[in-house]
Amino acid sequence: MATTRAFARLATRGTAVRPTIFARGFASVDPIAKAGEKLSPEPARKVVPESKTSTLQEPAPDKQAKIKTFHVYRWNPDEPSSKPRMQSYTLDLNKTGPMMLDALIRIKNEMDPTLTFRRSCREGICGSCAMNIDGVNTLACLCRIPTDTAKESRIYPLPHMFVVKDLVPDMTNFYKQYRSIKPYLQRATPPPDGREYRQSKDDRKKLDGLYECILCACCSTSCPSYWWNQEEYLGPAVLLQSYRWIADSRDEKKAERQDALNNSMSLYRCHTILNCSRTCPKGLNPALAIAEIKKGMAFA
Amino acid sequence: MASQRVFQLGLRRAGVPSLTKVHTAGRMVQRRLAATQHVPEAEGQQILAKQRLNRPNSPHLSIYRPQITWYASSLNRITGIVLSGGLYVFGLAYLAAPTLGWHLETQSLVAAVASWPVIAKVAAKMAVSFPFVFHSLNGVRHLSWDVGLGFKNITVMQTGWAVVGLSVAGSLYLSLFA
Repeated sequence: MATTRAFARLATRGTAVRPTIFARGFASVDPIAKAGEKLSPEPARKVVPESKTSTLQEPAPDKQAKIKTFHVYRWNPDEPSSKPRMQSYTLDLNKTGPMMLDALIRIKNEMDPTLTFRRSCREGICGSCAMNIDGVNTLACLCRIPTDTAKESRIYPLPHMFVVKDLVPDMTNFYKQYRSIKPYLQRATPPPDGREYRQSKDDRKKLDGLYECILCACCSTSCPSYWWNQEEYLGPAVLLQSYRWIADSRDEKKAERQDALNNSMSLYRCHTILNCSRTCPKGLNPALAIAEIKKGMAFA
Repeated sequence: MASQRVFQLGLRRAGVPSLTKVHTAGRMVQRRLAATQHVPEAEGQQILAKQRLNRPNSPHLSIYRPQITWYASSLNRITGIVLSGGLYVFGLAYLAAPTLGWHLETQSLVAAVASWPVIAKVAAKMAVSFPFVFHSLNGVRHLSWDVGLGFKNITVMQTGWAVVGLSVAGSLYLSLFA
């Protein structure tokens, strides 16, 4: 019987290794090099307001259409010297899903395929679609479109970040900061029972409200302190993650972790402005986590 | 038995499109329409650095929705600067007054203010009392945050607006009746 299976496998399998020329390729485009040629002198360019740009209309409006206007921040890296601008789109809400992400996807599918944004899970678990909607940072997939059609919605990328294209910010620095806090369990001693690192129920409870963070950067980019000191200050999201490991009873490098934050910039640029907790789309409280770090360091 | 099974499986697999199988060109081959070029990593970093110079900074202060959280925080800082700056400026001026011949002693200040119209008196008192009351009351919020209390969103909003209301009332009291 075993030989039968082996024969069957051999007979039905194609080539052992897929030839590389047939492999799926990622689009990589040369004009990146050309984009760098024309250097614009001033990166902090003023946004062209929507009053000076065109409006793309809903493709097939009905009689009972509920038309709502969306102003979306646009910037194209292929025209590096051009100013960012607010592009207006009108959508019939009856034909659009309930969430802001549905509106963006519909714009991209049916009206303007050049609109660029990140999205993946559409249910608030991946954190890709973080952006500034109607003045507040949130996940587009968790943000309902206000049904009041008289009010126009405005969509910007996360505030005070370098824009890669349209609604896509450059998150390199954010991820670098996350890496710098060593977000993993650090232990030198083996578990007492030789099997796994155990934790009491009370100790586990301390991690509730911390481990749920999806690192969407909504809180960090809502923080004025982070706007002005992005290079040195870690920001609420990364500090919440740092506290997640400081509070973990299984971690043995608590003192080192606290020591790494003990300077004027990394932690103490937090002035309890509390925009972070106000804006968190997952309902977490980064400000409280930062306060707990500060308290732990003050009374240690 | 064996040959039959091989045949069956083979048929089944043939019917299903599979990524691991090599199909004839045209059906499966993905054509790249954009020209690509291999760039060494160091050069790629340079391209990226060059491109980053072009990237605009996304709008922040001007587009973020006004909320009690960050507005109260900035007001706290402004009032702090007004209070401490005022203290320093007046203190230095008082020190320099004898040499420069200014009259900043209490009697001459009282006499000067007494001749002002009422509205100017109230406005001047308000300009000092509002920063003082707001900064003091908001300082209590900050002290409570330092011990880890009052971090719920609803509490932050309530205490924030309470401080604004109380400092308007308190500074009005100080400038009208005190």
